[in-house]
Amino acid sequence: MVERVLTGVPAAPGLAEGPAVLRREEAARVPRRADAAPDVERRRLAAARAAARAEIEELRKRVAVTAGGAEAAIFAAHLMFLDDDALLSMTGASVARGTNAEAAWADAVEHFAEQLEHLTDPTFRARAADVRDVGRRVLAHLSGRPAAALELPAPAVVVARDLAPSEVASLDRARVLALCLAHGGPTSHAAILARAWGVPAVAGLGEAVMDLNDGDRLLVDGGRGEVIVSPGDTQRRAFHERAGRAARQEQAELATSGEAAVMRDGRRVKIEANVGSVEEAVEAVRVGAEGIGLLRTEFLFLNRREAPGEDEQSTAYRAVLDVMGHRPVVLRTLDAGGDKPLQYLPVHAEANPFLGYRAIRVLLDHPDLLKAQLRAMLRAGSGRDLRIMFPMVATLDELRRARALVDEVRGGLPGAGPAGGRIRVGMTVEVPAAVVLADRFAREVDFFSIGTNDLTQYTMAADRGNEMVARLHDGCHPAVLRQVHGVIEAGHAAGIWIGVCGELAGDPDAVPVLVGLGIDELSMAPASIPQGKAIVRRWTYADAQRLAAEALDLDSAEAVRALVHVRSGGDE
Amino acid sequence: MKTVHVRVINEVGLHARTAAVFAAEAARFASTIRVRSLTRDGGWVDAKSILTVLTLGVEQGHEIEITAEGPDEAEAASALETLIGTDFVGRL
Repeated sequence: MVERVLTGVPAAPGLAEGPAVLRREEAARVPRRADAAPDVERRRLAAARAAARAEIEELRKRVAVTAGGAEAAIFAAHLMFLDDDALLSMTGASVARGTNAEAAWADAVEHFAEQLEHLTDPTFRARAADVRDVGRRVLAHLSGRPAAALELPAPAVVVARDLAPSEVASLDRARVLALCLAHGGPTSHAAILARAWGVPAVAGLGEAVMDLNDGDRLLVDGGRGEVIVSPGDTQRRAFHERAGRAARQEQAELATSGEAAVMRDGRRVKIEANVGSVEEAVEAVRVGAEGIGLLRTEFLFLNRREAPGEDEQSTAYRAVLDVMGHRPVVLRTLDAGGDKPLQYLPVHAEANPFLGYRAIRVLLDHPDLLKAQLRAMLRAGSGRDLRIMFPMVATLDELRRARALVDEVRGGLPGAGPAGGRIRVGMTVEVPAAVVLADRFAREVDFFSIGTNDLTQYTMAADRGNEMVARLHDGCHPAVLRQVHGVIEAGHAAGIWIGVCGELAGDPDAVPVLVGLGIDELSMAPASIPQGKAIVRRWTYADAQRLAAEALDLDSAEAVRALVHVRSGGDE
Repeated sequence: MKTVHVRVINEVGLHARTAAVFAAEAARFASTIRVRSLTRDGGWVDAKSILTVLTLGVEQGHEIEITAEGPDEAEAASALETLIGTDFVGRL
């Protein structure tokens, strides 16, 4: 067979090679009769549902162990479908007219599945697969031959149109090398479970993938969303080298992740973590974070009726500080409003939430809320390296008013506050106005943290949630990098340190550029830290500076990324 | 008959867990309870069925109308209004 490449959607990262095993759903032939005895059919249906219920309970327990409670919740929904009012009354009406249980049940299931399929939101559409999954399970019991699990006698790449959650859950995890699906996307359950298991998966490969034969050799690249069928020797060698390199590199990176990120000519860059919970802080320490560059405090505030009290907040912040020990922790004040509404603050529907009433803009209008948060922070930070950061600052007046509140609160809490007595106060730089006036702001703060996600969105005028303009949303664009450069220059001239806390900080292409621009600290998702440190160590500051200078003169984000690949040795 | 309008503030709308909690809450009452989306302008569905609630496709910011008819209609309508209006606080 000739080598060819199928392209789909990345669903779970990783590389795998193996023989294909196809899962072809048997044409569900549903027997249909119009002269059945309703009493008999009702009893048959009840028995089949009871058997299905026992199976689903079993799957739920199994998944809770192998993949965690969140994935197991899928099966809690299945149990509800099994007992659903509307589904049962539709089936019951049909049975009462003399339809046999199989046909009555299958029709009702299909009725609801189709309705769900027609919704625009992909997460709702994914529920159609759940309903059909429950439907098939009951039908199997009605027919007297319970659904056979897909048997994998040897490790294989499972190829299917789509896999219902129960089908994925019943697979022998140790033998699944990868999943290749004709339909679905990264939000389908199969993808979620694959990620939880660490199994590479590609979705949305199209019907062509069903033309494969059992035993076809496949190379699956879950990160790229690519499947190579019947690869030639050259492809296989390249792939194996890549897989081996990735595995070795990941291990090596993790092994040295506890050490500092020192460049080859001695410059040190601090690598810290963005976290939003105590659990993430624990993970950050495990992978070698030198501090928390961004603690999102929203987790305490969202999804509740009243604002958390000062004591509750203080306890929560203290828990994170305890995990971090002597390491610095930057606490960002509440960044809510707009797209993250709170019930205890007036909610206005806004045409442009990202340009709207949010973050510092809201808090300055509700000084009690802000003061309670600041007091809680200062109390928790007693004796620790705690820093306070204000988000979305656009004007000097906002910054001054926020700082004045810190001083006011401090005055009422003698003895509280961080070790050394001085409270470091900083701001995120994410509004272009703050970039332009960075030299002015730099005189009035102790640090800047550049929020590249919003800065990119505002610079490119491209909503980061809108797929239609997603290609504009790349922080490697020179328009963004030049602003980062300007902020660093202005900050360093004023003698303050500057970090980056957006996605860009953990983007492997961006790391050498940011370091070359002179950034002091990069704060990223804990999972990116080992790689981030390793990249910093590969460069000299002199080379990174040259790279950054070249990058600023390029035309596009693509050109910047290509340049980084070339200068990194072209093996990325 | 008791009717209420409410805007869904939950981040994911009436989806999976929220729809389940909503249907389970509705099922506590003897009244016949129906719900429809004013945003999508579709038909009425049974509020006690997670499936039909899901088929409404209610996303964050959508307006829905709930109507209850029966012996405990006032209580039912108000309980569901509170559940949505307080964003399921403590119930998820």
